[in-house]
Amino acid sequence: MTFDAATIGMLKLGVWETLFMTFTSSFFAYLIGIPLGIILIVMDKDGIYPVPWLQKILGLIINLLRSVPFIILLIMVMPITKIIAGTTLGARAVIPPLVIASAPYVARVVESSFKEVDAGVIEAAKSMGASAMQIILKVLLPEARPSLLVGAALSVTTILAYSAMSGFVGGGGLGDIAIKYGYYRYQTVMMFITVAILVIIVQVIQEVGMKLSRMSDKRIK
Amino acid sequence: MQSEEPIIQLVGLGKEFFTSSGPIKALDDINLSIERGEIFGIIGLSGAGKSTLVRCINYLEVPTSGDVLFENQSLAAMSSRKQRLARQSMGMIFQQFNLLAQRNVLQNVCFPLEIANVPKKEAVKRAMELLELVGLKERSKAYPSQLSGGQKQRVAIARALATNPKILLCDEATSALDPNTTKSILGLLKEINKNMGVTVVVITHEMTVIEAICDRVAIIDQSHIAEVGCVADIFSEPKSKIGRQLILGDAAEQAIRFGSNRRIRISFDGRSSFEPVLSNMILACKVPVNIMHAETRDIGGTAMGQMVIQLPEEEIDQTRVLNYLKTAKINFEEVKDYDL
Repeated sequence: MTFDAATIGMLKLGVWETLFMTFTSSFFAYLIGIPLGIILIVMDKDGIYPVPWLQKILGLIINLLRSVPFIILLIMVMPITKIIAGTTLGARAVIPPLVIASAPYVARVVESSFKEVDAGVIEAAKSMGASAMQIILKVLLPEARPSLLVGAALSVTTILAYSAMSGFVGGGGLGDIAIKYGYYRYQTVMMFITVAILVIIVQVIQEVGMKLSRMSDKRIK
Repeated sequence: MQSEEPIIQLVGLGKEFFTSSGPIKALDDINLSIERGEIFGIIGLSGAGKSTLVRCINYLEVPTSGDVLFENQSLAAMSSRKQRLARQSMGMIFQQFNLLAQRNVLQNVCFPLEIANVPKKEAVKRAMELLELVGLKERSKAYPSQLSGGQKQRVAIARALATNPKILLCDEATSALDPNTTKSILGLLKEINKNMGVTVVVITHEMTVIEAICDRVAIIDQSHIAEVGCVADIFSEPKSKIGRQLILGDAAEQAIRFGSNRRIRISFDGRSSFEPVLSNMILACKVPVNIMHAETRDIGGTAMGQMVIQLPEEEIDQTRVLNYLKTAKINFEEVKDYDL
């Protein structure tokens, strides 16, 4: 194996595809996951707007989706993928299943961030006559911000790991290269290189997430 | 005092919690009137139901029976939107301050004004005025984590007053503070009551808080109101068992259990505490008495005291002492074993 321009070009494309899949999916997963997380916490029987039956059903669906292995889900949702992405092949085709798989995960991560918000502060807002919507927008979201950012780093790295399975539908990305060259063609060096790049990407995402969280947290003196 | 009608009336108020081990009565048939402009104390041991009671006043807890009248308006009959509006006329402060950790001092005080849709400029102006009132104008850009407990409670007070409430509910507002800070916070509450005419309801388990600022007090015990009255009256003559326990404290209870002879409790009102009552009695009756417990407190400027003395052994001496107290018009009562 030689490191010619073609190989480097392939790795570059792999990095780009991985980042594209990860961040696009993360964006949509949060777009769906944040409202779901809010519903989970707000409609709980002890929440600020209790609708326990709906909350329970939603919790059940989320757990169901989270139990399905991603590789199975990828196949199961192919008809939906076809409608949304217009194709069942390539990086674009990986995004719908990635979103479907990670939105429930994000919802749980977001829920746990909201759970950390001091109940006393919510009670204080209630005592001032705040509505449920005002509590969500002015108390829950801003007070949970540092924890939400830590959660985001966690979610994005998880989505990155899922995206490595995209090779199965010709999605490309670093995971795809690692399997194709490292496993099928016994090019161990290639496998190590792609894994090393993935490690660096995960490190950067994790560090940035933690740093943003710390910077935004006013509880630290 | 603007009018005669009480600002808050609790009518047959009850609250039951339904737990897995069956229903628990937190409050049972509570009837109370809180007058406009007064500082009203509610005291009880932990678990007596006082925190639930204060949360029923602004409907943070919905009572399971009875009603709350705020300025003669039934909270039970209001829609939840109207209840939220009513809450803007009732400020509340908490033991743990409950400030928004991600907002600075100024933003915290502006918070209730944002909820009430007050324009930002106006809100900031009002907030700065209040921060000046509580003495924290210079710390407006600080975050709660940079403040001491006392400062946090001052911010919480400023925040609670932002919407010009008619009543301020204080739930164990000084219980997390040291004695000196407690004193300054209580002073601030008294000032607010006097200068702004805000009715103050104080929930506490500490008698010292009641005696420092309250006009009237309700003693709550096991979900019921044990007694209500002027602080001075209740301190000089607590009628309920729990009242005696709270006022005399455990020390008195211990002391009283030592003695074997007849014991009496003498209550001093403002008048008698300036006279050497006991010395006079001993000189007049020529009998020794044993002081088992004594305490004097300053209630709204007058000295109020309690003293438990052990009577001499001879019955004739005992009668002499009792007769002396009767003629001197000093309040006393006999203490029975475990009568606390």
